[in-house]
Amino acid sequence: MSPSDTPSKPSESLNIVIVGHVDHGKSTLLGRLYADTGSLPDGKLEKVQAICRQQGKEFEYAFLFDAFLEEQEQGITIDTARTFFGWKGRDYIIIDAPGHKEFLKNMISGAARAEGALLLIDALEGVKEQSKKHGYLLSLLGVRQFAVVVNKMDLVGYRQDVFDGIDKEYREFLGQFKAVPQQIIPVSAKLGDNIANRSAQMPWYTGPTVLDSLGAFQKEPGRSEQPLRLPIQDVYKFDARRVIAGRVTAGRLKVGDSLVFSPSNKRAMVKSIEAFNVDPPPVEGHAGQSVGVTLDDQIFVERGEIVSHQEQLPLVSTAFRANVFWLGRRPLERGRRYQLRVATKEVDCEVATIHRIIDTMDLTQQQGCNVLNKNQVAELTIRTKAPVAFDLSASFEATGRFVLVDEYDIAGGGIVTEQVHDDQEFLREEARQRDFAWVKGEVGVEDRAQQYGHRAAIVLVTGGRHTGKSFLARTIEARLVADGRHAYLLDGENLRRGLDADLSEGERGQATEMARRYGEVARLLVDTGLIVVSTTNPFGLAYVEAAQIIRTLVHPVPVIAIHMSKAPEEVPPNTDIVLSGPADFDAATRRILEELKRRGVLAQAIGAKPIFQYSI
Amino acid sequence: MRHLRQLEDQSVYILREAYKHFDNLAMLWSMGKDSTVLLWLARKAFFGHVPFPLLHVDTSYKIPAMIEYRDRVAREWGLKLIVGQNKEALAAGMNHTLGRVNCCTALKTNGLKQLLEQKGYTGIILGVRADEEGTRAKERYFSPRDKHGDWDFRDQPPELWNQFKTTFPPGTHIRIHPLLDWTEINIWEYIKLENIPFMDLYLDKGDGTRYRSLGCAPCTTPIKSTAKSVDDIIEELRHTTVAERSGRAQDEGRGMELLRKDGYM
Repeated sequence: MSPSDTPSKPSESLNIVIVGHVDHGKSTLLGRLYADTGSLPDGKLEKVQAICRQQGKEFEYAFLFDAFLEEQEQGITIDTARTFFGWKGRDYIIIDAPGHKEFLKNMISGAARAEGALLLIDALEGVKEQSKKHGYLLSLLGVRQFAVVVNKMDLVGYRQDVFDGIDKEYREFLGQFKAVPQQIIPVSAKLGDNIANRSAQMPWYTGPTVLDSLGAFQKEPGRSEQPLRLPIQDVYKFDARRVIAGRVTAGRLKVGDSLVFSPSNKRAMVKSIEAFNVDPPPVEGHAGQSVGVTLDDQIFVERGEIVSHQEQLPLVSTAFRANVFWLGRRPLERGRRYQLRVATKEVDCEVATIHRIIDTMDLTQQQGCNVLNKNQVAELTIRTKAPVAFDLSASFEATGRFVLVDEYDIAGGGIVTEQVHDDQEFLREEARQRDFAWVKGEVGVEDRAQQYGHRAAIVLVTGGRHTGKSFLARTIEARLVADGRHAYLLDGENLRRGLDADLSEGERGQATEMARRYGEVARLLVDTGLIVVSTTNPFGLAYVEAAQIIRTLVHPVPVIAIHMSKAPEEVPPNTDIVLSGPADFDAATRRILEELKRRGVLAQAIGAKPIFQYSI
Repeated sequence: MRHLRQLEDQSVYILREAYKHFDNLAMLWSMGKDSTVLLWLARKAFFGHVPFPLLHVDTSYKIPAMIEYRDRVAREWGLKLIVGQNKEALAAGMNHTLGRVNCCTALKTNGLKQLLEQKGYTGIILGVRADEEGTRAKERYFSPRDKHGDWDFRDQPPELWNQFKTTFPPGTHIRIHPLLDWTEINIWEYIKLENIPFMDLYLDKGDGTRYRSLGCAPCTTPIKSTAKSVDDIIEELRHTTVAERSGRAQDEGRGMELLRKDGYM
C-alpha cells in the first residue's frame, strides 16, 4: 500500500518511540516500517544500496535512517532521529532512540516526547539489561501505551516456545511496577514477518501486526476534563494589553472565570482571551493550547506561578518526594545546589535525602547513599529555596514532573510522588485563607508602586546579640527615606509591649506566636506599599525560626535577608547578604540598595525617584 | 486542522521560552515558506508583535524577487530587519563554481557567524524541520553551538517534557528550532489555513515548473510541476515521493552533514 491509496489526508500524528537493548534491531524495524508503508522518497533505497556496494557491505534496512556516515561505520544510532511515515490516515513521527548504554539520555529525550512506544527484544538473546531499564523508564516517563516486539524470530526458527518464554518473563518484570503492554508481537523485521503483513511462518500467533498495533494506539486522552492548570510562562506588555501568556496543561478556562495564582495566592478574573489573526476572538482555552489572557485587576504575577480555579488548587510546599533518573556528567550529590524546573517555575533546590537507589535490572533497592550516579534511578526528597506550586504526577502529568539542572545542562528528571509536609504548612494555609478573603480597596498594588516609584518589600536583618542589627536597620530606613522612598522601621520592641502584651511568659519564651503576630503586622504594612525594615531582635537567638515564619506569612513579597555575625554561626536559609558586623554601615547600606534594585523593588522602570505633586 | 493547531501551540510555546530566556535573540528569515511560517508564528506568540530582529544572510546570489518580497513584508509588518553579508569573501570573488560546499560555507555559514559575532546574539531562531534531511532529524528544539559555531551532535543535552537548554557558558550560543515537528505538507496546510502571504516562485506560472525549495539562483533548480495554488501544492505533495531538497545542489554527497557540523543552518 502506498500513501496515495490512503483515503484522506493525515489528520493527526502520533509520536512513537522505538526502544530496546542495543543491536536488538530498532533501526531495522524502522527501515522496514518505512519501506512497507511506501513512505520512502524515490531513490532513497537505491542510494543507500549504492553506498553499501561501495563499502562492500550487505544492504540492511537499518542503513536507511542512520543518516550520518559515522553511525554507519560504528553501527549504532547515536542520537534521537526523528522521521515520519504515513499509514491509514495518520502520520507516525518515529523517534528512533538509541539502545547503547552510553546514550540513555538520548533515549529519555526521545521517550519523554512519545505518545506510544515499541520496545524491542531480540528472540535469540532474550530479555537483556536495557530491555528492562527501558521498560522501567517508559513507565517512569509516563508512556503508558506500548507494545513489545520480539524481533529476529527467524533466528530461532519461528518457535512458539521461545516466544512464550520471553512473553512470560517480560510480563512478570513489567508487572512489578504495574505496567501492562498492549501486545507482545513476534516478528522478523529483516524479513518483514508481522510488520505490515501477517507472517506465514508463525500461524500460532493470531494477534495484531506491528502496524495494526500502532493503529490501535489512541491519541493521548484530552486533559481538558481535568481541573485547570495553566503555568504562567511570561507576562507581556507590547501594547495597551497586559497579557499573561502560558500553555494550559490541564482543564479549561473561560472569559469571566475567577482564577487563583499559586503560590502567591493572588486572585483575578479573566477579562479576555487574546489571540492574533483569530476572528471572532476566543472565549475559551483548553489543555494543550498556548494562550494569552488579560485580567480584570492589574495584579503582579510572575512566571512560574500556576493558575487554577479556587476549588482545585495545586499543592504548595518547599519539599516533596520524587522518583528521579540521573543523566548528569557528574553524580547527583545530597546537599548540592541544583536548579529545579517544574513546568515554568525555576527555583534553586537541594536533595535533602536519597531514600533508595533502584536497580532497574531486578528492582532491588540500595539504601544509605549520598550520591546518585549517571543512569541511575532513585527515590529522593527535594527541598526548594522558595515555596513552589506543583501536583502529584499521578493526578497531573505536566505539573507533577520536573527536571534538575546542574550548571548549564538538564541533568536529571523525575516525577513527584508525594508532598512532604514542612513545618511552615499551617502558617502557609493561614496565609492562603487570609489572602483569599483579603478585602481590597480601589487602589491596587501596582497603583501604589506607580505612585511610590518602588514596590513593597521587607528588609530583614538577622543575627546574634550586639552585632549592630538595629543600627543597620535605622541606617537603611533613613537612607531610603532620604532617597524619596516610602520606608518604615518595624521594631519588635513596639510590638512586645503592645500587641504581644497578652502573651504569657512561656509564650514569650518561644518565637512561634510572637513571630506569627510580627509577620501579620509586616503583611499589613507591605500591603500599604511600604519597604519595611526590621530586625529579629525580639526573638533573641531563635532568629532562624522567626525569619522563616515571617517569610511564610508575607509571601510573595520579596524578603531581602541580611545576616550580621561576629562569629561563625548558622546563617538562616536564603540569606542574601552576610555581613561580619558591626561593619562599615555605609558600604553595607549600598549593598542592600543594590540588592533591592536587583530584586526589582527599586525598579528603574517605575522611576528611580518619584515626582511629587503638591496641591494647596 | 486540529493537528495544525497542535503544531502551532508547541511552536508558540518554544518561541515564548526563547523570548523569556534570551536577552539577545534574533530570528533567521530566508523568505522561504518555512521561515515565513515561523515569522507568522512569532506574530501569533506575541500577539501581532515580533519582539526581536530578523536576520537575513544575503549571499548576493539570491533570486531577485526574494529581496523585493523581503523588503515589502518587513515594511508592512513593521519588522526590524538586519541584513548580513560576507563582503570580504564576495570581494575575493567567492561563487559556487569554486565548490558548492566552499561557497555555502563562506557566504552562508561564515556570513552568519560574522553577523552573530558582530551583534553578540546568544539565541538564534531557525525554521529547520526534522523531515527535511537526515542531519536535521537529529536536532533538538534548543541546540547548543560552541564558540566556533560547531555542533556536537554526539553529545547533545537531554531535552524532555518541554524543558529546554536555556543556560549556556559564555561565548557559546543556542539555536532554537520551533518548526522541528512540522512536515513540508503541514507548512502548506498552515499557509492555507492562516492565509499567510508567500512568494509566487513556489507556484507554476504557466511554464510547467515551480520552486519547491528556495535558495541561491545558481544552486536551486525548479521542479516540474503544474501546481498553481496552495491547494495544488498540497495535492502534489500528498503524492510525491521525490525529496523536498532534491533541487538543492549543496545536499549532494555528504554536503549537508559537513556543512551543518560547522554551523550551517
